[in-house]
Amino acid sequence: MHRPVVHRLFDARMTFLVEAYAFFYQLADSFAFLVLCGLGLAIIFGMMGVINLAHGELIMCGAYVTVLSARAGLPLPFAMLCGTLAAGLVGLVLEFLIIRRLYHRLFDSIVATWALSLIATQGMLIVAGPSIEGLKTPFGSFELGEYSFSVYRALLPLIALLLLAALYWLFVRTRFGIYSRATIQDANMARALGANTRRIYSQTFTLGAALAGLTGALYAPTITAVPTMGQAFIVQSFVTVVVSGADVMLGLAPSAAVLAFIQSLLTKSYGQLIGQIGLLLTVIIVVRVLPKGISGWVLQRNGGR
Amino acid sequence: MPRWLALLDGPQTLGSGRAFWFVFALIVLVAALLPTFVNAFAVTNLTYFLVWVFMALGLSLIWGYAGILSFGQTAFFGLAGYTYGVISINLGDAGLWTWFALLMSLVLPAVLAVVIGYFMFYGGVRDVFVGIVTLSITLVFETFMAQTAGPEWTIGSARLNGFNGMSNMPPLTFPWGENPIIFDGPSFFWLVLGLVVLVYAGLRILVNSRFGNVLVAIRENPERAEMLGYNVRLYQLFVFVIGSVLAGMSGVLYTLWGYYITPSSMGLTAAALPIVWVAAGGRKDITATLLATVLLTWLSQQLAVKGSQYALIWMGVILLVVVLFAPEGLFVTVWKKLADRRRLRQVTTARKTVSLPSA
Repeated sequence: MHRPVVHRLFDARMTFLVEAYAFFYQLADSFAFLVLCGLGLAIIFGMMGVINLAHGELIMCGAYVTVLSARAGLPLPFAMLCGTLAAGLVGLVLEFLIIRRLYHRLFDSIVATWALSLIATQGMLIVAGPSIEGLKTPFGSFELGEYSFSVYRALLPLIALLLLAALYWLFVRTRFGIYSRATIQDANMARALGANTRRIYSQTFTLGAALAGLTGALYAPTITAVPTMGQAFIVQSFVTVVVSGADVMLGLAPSAAVLAFIQSLLTKSYGQLIGQIGLLLTVIIVVRVLPKGISGWVLQRNGGR
Repeated sequence: MPRWLALLDGPQTLGSGRAFWFVFALIVLVAALLPTFVNAFAVTNLTYFLVWVFMALGLSLIWGYAGILSFGQTAFFGLAGYTYGVISINLGDAGLWTWFALLMSLVLPAVLAVVIGYFMFYGGVRDVFVGIVTLSITLVFETFMAQTAGPEWTIGSARLNGFNGMSNMPPLTFPWGENPIIFDGPSFFWLVLGLVVLVYAGLRILVNSRFGNVLVAIRENPERAEMLGYNVRLYQLFVFVIGSVLAGMSGVLYTLWGYYITPSSMGLTAAALPIVWVAAGGRKDITATLLATVLLTWLSQQLAVKGSQYALIWMGVILLVVVLFAPEGLFVTVWKKLADRRRLRQVTTARKTVSLPSA
């Protein structure tokens, strides 16, 4: 079939636009994943300096509870709420029983949370088997050119941004936010001024755990839930938090954006594993060049604390 | 007794004196005689428990004595394993080539450790960030090796073989006229046992020497050590290299033990196991580390045989209990309790002796 030149030009431009959108979609998807993974970990690390190696298992907990309660007949949004609350509850209990004793023992908190992660992964394998039947991704898909995109995954970046905005509001506008920021800045002074820092730590840990659960819940319809899924999430979470630095509000979004760009570029050209390697190498370099991450760098440029 | 040998006992190691070394010699003797009593399968198992000791001792030195938490000792473990595989498959087992492969599998981790150590310690990477960098490195290795499944990933005649790993490398062979000595079964066990004794004694001397005292000073307070004029970064680099070569030794011996090496030996779970052993026994003492490593590898193997899935749960539980209730490590805590009780008894008997005349 012979078509006029104008049409072919139009086709070429369309293909380019579709390609560009496909890349943008990939980028936004990766961005959402990194933000959602990193949020809970970053809040706990930024606030209490505890590195929570059981973060991935909290995500797994959220995903499992979501899948199970959705299959038990709950509508998906409520199932997701259940997943979030369950992970938050687990976080609350863990903080009370274990984390509380380890606040000033960095190495020990790493080792203990890692032990928890082992127990949770293996325990889930025994209780629930190697994998459970997944959920259908809601909303279907839309087509552009020769590509097909999932509507649900296209929505996730928006949810990630909304969540960031909500947390910003929480930390800047609410009483809890003001108390908790005071505790980050100088725990002793905050205590002297009447803040119950112990309760704030407990609330923060619970919040971080609930956010991890929410991440698991949000991704539950798009993946198969397996007991070892935490490992896939935790590396990404760490990468994002290390590049972000301690200040979540300042660093997390730029960090996720930069990393998402690197990852999607490498994944597009060389495949997923090379994308993964690219992320890890980026972290190694960032630790060396900006030991306090993006947020530390920004704060230093603005005169520091 | 020469001065350097006297350093076997000192302030940085638990256990000293005639009784301790008598028990030590007895244990080594019994271990060395075991292959004559038990069957071949048991010998293979015994070797397996000892193979991991080097990596754990190295981590104890780096983490317990020098205060640097490296989460990525498995990177050196894997590098050594793959190095032995590639070199020995290419050069074969004629002459001393397998020993050359063994040597290179210790040299390459050393070189890598110098590069990474220089990058970290001279670049101001500290505390948790050392853990993050080392963990990232071992995960990079794992991911990279996992994607080498294609036939284009061959070095000489050795295929890297992706996620399934390399296998069928030749055993250590020593040319001896008509029938060369092949280190397999009992002879391999004796080789590993000999290395364990050698490395253990060597590390005891090292940590009780001036070098070890400086390491502990750096662990306790790096700034103070620096103000006192010690080159902190050089010490850290040096100790990191020693620990990494030991991890490499475990890697190459593991490869020789099972004739295979896979990328998952550098993964997240594998990377955390040495931390479990060292933390559980007592990271600030190499004897405790050695005991814990042998005991825990034995335990997880027993559990794996009985009901495979519970091994890692028990590891986790042990670790959690130790961190919460005996943060110095199981063996160190028990040892110190016993020593305290003995001292108390000595004091009370001394008091009684003193107070006797007045009574």
